Amino acid sequence: MDVLISFINSLPGAFGQGLAWGIMAIGVYITFRILDVADLTVDGSLATGGAVAALCISQGWNPWLALLMAILAGMLAGLVTGVLHTACGIPAILAGILTQLALYSINLRIMAIGSDAKTKATLALSVDKQELLISSRYIRALDLTNPLFLLVILTVVVIALLYWFFGTELGCSLRATGANQAMARAQGINTNSCKVLGLVVSNGLVALSGALLAQYQGSSTVDMGRGAIVIGLAAVIIGEVLLGKVFRNFALKLLSAVIGAIIYYVVITLVLRLGLESTDLKLLTALVVALFLTIPYWKDKYFTKTVRKEVRSNA
Amino acid sequence: MLEVRDLYKTFNPGTINEKQAMNGLSLTLNDGDFVTVIGGNGAGKSTLLNLVAGVFPPDSGSISIDGQDVTKLPEHKRAKFIGRVFQDPMMGTAATMGIEENLALAYRRGKSRGLRYGITHAERKLYREKLAILGLGLEDRMTSKVGLLSGGQRQALTLLMATLQKPKLLLLDEHTAALDPKTAAKVLETTETIVQRDRLTTLMITHNMRDAIAHGNRLIMMDAGRIVADIRGEEKKNLTVQDLLDKFHVESDRMLLSE
Repeated sequence: MDVLISFINSLPGAFGQGLAWGIMAIGVYITFRILDVADLTVDGSLATGGAVAALCISQGWNPWLALLMAILAGMLAGLVTGVLHTACGIPAILAGILTQLALYSINLRIMAIGSDAKTKATLALSVDKQELLISSRYIRALDLTNPLFLLVILTVVVIALLYWFFGTELGCSLRATGANQAMARAQGINTNSCKVLGLVVSNGLVALSGALLAQYQGSSTVDMGRGAIVIGLAAVIIGEVLLGKVFRNFALKLLSAVIGAIIYYVVITLVLRLGLESTDLKLLTALVVALFLTIPYWKDKYFTKTVRKEVRSNA
Repeated sequence: MLEVRDLYKTFNPGTINEKQAMNGLSLTLNDGDFVTVIGGNGAGKSTLLNLVAGVFPPDSGSISIDGQDVTKLPEHKRAKFIGRVFQDPMMGTAATMGIEENLALAYRRGKSRGLRYGITHAERKLYREKLAILGLGLEDRMTSKVGLLSGGQRQALTLLMATLQKPKLLLLDEHTAALDPKTAAKVLETTETIVQRDRLTTLMITHNMRDAIAHGNRLIMMDAGRIVADIRGEEKKNLTVQDLLDKFHVESDRMLLSE
């Protein structure tokens, strides 16, 4: 009973975390599902977003401006990965790992800007001293200071913008690049610049998520992005497995990634209440992602009827 | 329309897999030429088409389309001049996108793509009319994902996409080879209709000698990266499969089989 009550008590927190990570999951959806590229930059760019936002806010900047700077920093990281992949011919996964690794050093430097230290692994933010957009402290507040309020609005705005963008000529080129590169090039689409653009947009979103998380939890740390790609994938895949049949519209597919992130954090919260250590979470996350990736594969392999639908010959 | 000069291409140079695919080939296509290309496996037919399309660069030689040297132009920029249909029905369309979305991508070939709507109402009307010409009922399934279509339907759609914006050059790389005979005949018939209607300069590879003879105003035969025969005019009209077999000691089994 105690477990249940403490679980229910911590649900708002799970929703807050889930929503903030949900924007990151949307970023992962763009690369993983639309562009068909596994982009590992995100582990670094999430922390970069957090570091830049925390730095700007601690320097007394307007928090919205800090958010914007974080997005730009993330986009820059995506651009680097994109250029490494397309112009330098490095496989996408490796290009992402390289950027991610480099960002670790850069993030340490970013957080030290304006202080005496050369590098800094943590940059604390306080809702008492600084103007923050969201804070986990007010997660149970029943007014507009509740972080859930702003997070929901931001999520809706992000989904609306992406829905519009992927319906434009440029957005369609990006989708075509992910669907069939040979076809895209034959139709005059520059697949390389599309990939770079996709990585830029994706990492901008991931950094936005990092900037929100830093404010939500009251600090930016160099490690905050560790394993982020797996959490993002978990959110995308959980959303697809649970809602893929119902959500057909593109905007709803993006929403299902956010819902996947929320479900992920609700489950995490539950297992923590059941006595797992927070350090066990990475193992758990890896298992969840492995499981959810395995299910559709095995379903295809072992449970599909061998009789294929007859190919219509009247074509 | 197309001018190819002294084209050389060697794959995997300096290795055990070295293959000289293009061996000083030159070819000129006049405006409105419909050229069928035959030749055994490894004769360099597909290599020629890929070089013209810019999938990979030649080692030496030049390619110009309508007087413009495109040898150094990347594939996606050359697409402005060229419509292509591939052998693999999966290759010419985006399976996860709708029929109308695929057409909208093709409709913008050679144009800049910005933040305007990816597909407009006026276009949908146009696509519906164009699809109706194919006679496959696709005009009533415009939002269906292309992945749901059969191979023949996809090839017909790819053909429509390749010619939606009138190309200066249409490249058909054995585009009926993966289809069953009945479907292949239908797609070929559609090809003939579109090429005649729009007077398209066309280069069509085929393994089927009958098709090569029945279509086009000119037939070229390739071997070892060169053109070994170029038949046109009256001679082409009166050509029979037996002539081809007699005249050129056709070695490839596959060509004989598909006779």
